[in-house]
Amino acid sequence: MRPFGYERAESAVAAARRAADTGATFIGGGTNLVDLMKLGVMTPERLVDVSRLPNRDIADADDGGLAIGAAATNTALANDPRVRERFRVLSLALLSGATPQIRNKATVGGNLLQRTRCPYFYEVGLPCNKRAPGSGCGARFGRSRDAAVLGTSEHCIAAHPSDMAVAMVALDARLGVRGGDGDLRWLDVDALHRLPGDRPDREHDLAPGDLIETVRLPPPPPGRHVYTKVRDRASYAFALVSVAVVLAVEDGVVTSARVALGGVAPKPWRARAVEAALTGARATWRAFCAAAEAELAPARGHGDNDFKIPLARRAIAGTLAEAAGIAPEVPTGGRRATP
Amino acid sequence: MSDAEARAERLAVTFTVNGVEKTVETLPMKRLLDVLREDLALTGTKEGCGEGECGACSVFVDGRLVNSCLIPALQVEGSRVDTIEGLARGGELHAVQRAFLEAGGAQCGICTPGMVLAAVDVLRKHPNPTDEQVREGLAGNLCRCTGYMKIFDSVMTAALAIASRDGEGAA
Repeated sequence: MRPFGYERAESAVAAARRAADTGATFIGGGTNLVDLMKLGVMTPERLVDVSRLPNRDIADADDGGLAIGAAATNTALANDPRVRERFRVLSLALLSGATPQIRNKATVGGNLLQRTRCPYFYEVGLPCNKRAPGSGCGARFGRSRDAAVLGTSEHCIAAHPSDMAVAMVALDARLGVRGGDGDLRWLDVDALHRLPGDRPDREHDLAPGDLIETVRLPPPPPGRHVYTKVRDRASYAFALVSVAVVLAVEDGVVTSARVALGGVAPKPWRARAVEAALTGARATWRAFCAAAEAELAPARGHGDNDFKIPLARRAIAGTLAEAAGIAPEVPTGGRRATP
Repeated sequence: MSDAEARAERLAVTFTVNGVEKTVETLPMKRLLDVLREDLALTGTKEGCGEGECGACSVFVDGRLVNSCLIPALQVEGSRVDTIEGLARGGELHAVQRAFLEAGGAQCGICTPGMVLAAVDVLRKHPNPTDEQVREGLAGNLCRCTGYMKIFDSVMTAALAIASRDGEGAA
């Protein structure tokens, strides 16, 4: 590991100012950053430790929502009784991610800003426009099994790895960002991450010194919460496809649908085509399949990851059906009538 | 040591290890795992993958099970660190350690210290665990020898031993 300077911040304001002045990188739980530093993928000259800032409480907000300190651990957030009961999709997403050891250390802010696990990003000897702009995208014509199928560009097809962020996007979370000037501004979580376009190295619009200090969840949308994570092994694996759903159905009609996807895009992907197709529609297997079809219409595979497109369609329809309490239709012959 | 490492500034970090306060002068890039093994000669904590994947380096920091290979040593300033060496008391093995011996939960030994601490963590949270709780609690610890069944048996054996002991204490 390259040598680096290290200091512990006394407050969020001090941390933001210090990082803005020195170009330092924040370290929270460090579960992703330390790994990347050991591999030489990230080489910060200075770290400002924000893991011990007081902003780790989880508190009721005046509007009936929840205020989450960004230094709260993934374990603390997943097990908070209010999150388990009222924001269940978030608890389910968190507990599907990583391992107990990592969740005990990883913070909410760090989870949002974790880097892709694309193998080309992780190996400094390989081309990667995200790590080394201009070097090319190795995954496009190489090993693309983990890569995205929505929102990619010719410059980068890396998928965003978070489960937590997928649920937060479905829940319309807002981020309180402390700037180097000391001001707090608010940002929709859906607006945090950029699509790669021709600058895959720019993953978000946060400036040096911008510190995610708090996350606000508005009161939860009505309906049942389900999180589906499809992965290569039953625990401790990143999502091939994940689906966060909060679905309300009254008298057989969808009255509210919140849907977001993980593993298929460069950012946590709000499935607005699904939501638009379903709101006001009858909650039927056929409608769920058609909505999934609409979301995946612009999807494009890169060979190894072509399977993610039908997998995502099935995962979306199946998760909606589970939330609605209806059975997927299985025709004679035993195969599911999936899209 | 590289030139860059030789130039790097050493910083003091003070923390409690198995109940004893220690101060170590360390390079910023040294991991808690390295400080435990190299500076404090506590070699019970093992390095497996060094990437947070295998759990062999698991220790408790302030009561929470974490991977010591992912923690810059400076982050534990003022913390309470508990390693496998602190588990036995007065020469008496912990019930989980005894159960791993009895049920064959340990083979080559590399995963064992982390696995034992993860098992202790499971039993603190779930004194009477279900199979699912044991599997979830040990999900961050890989073993290439046992096939896990004897490890799961060991955790259940320990749970029964602790319940039986506590029952006698109460009676």
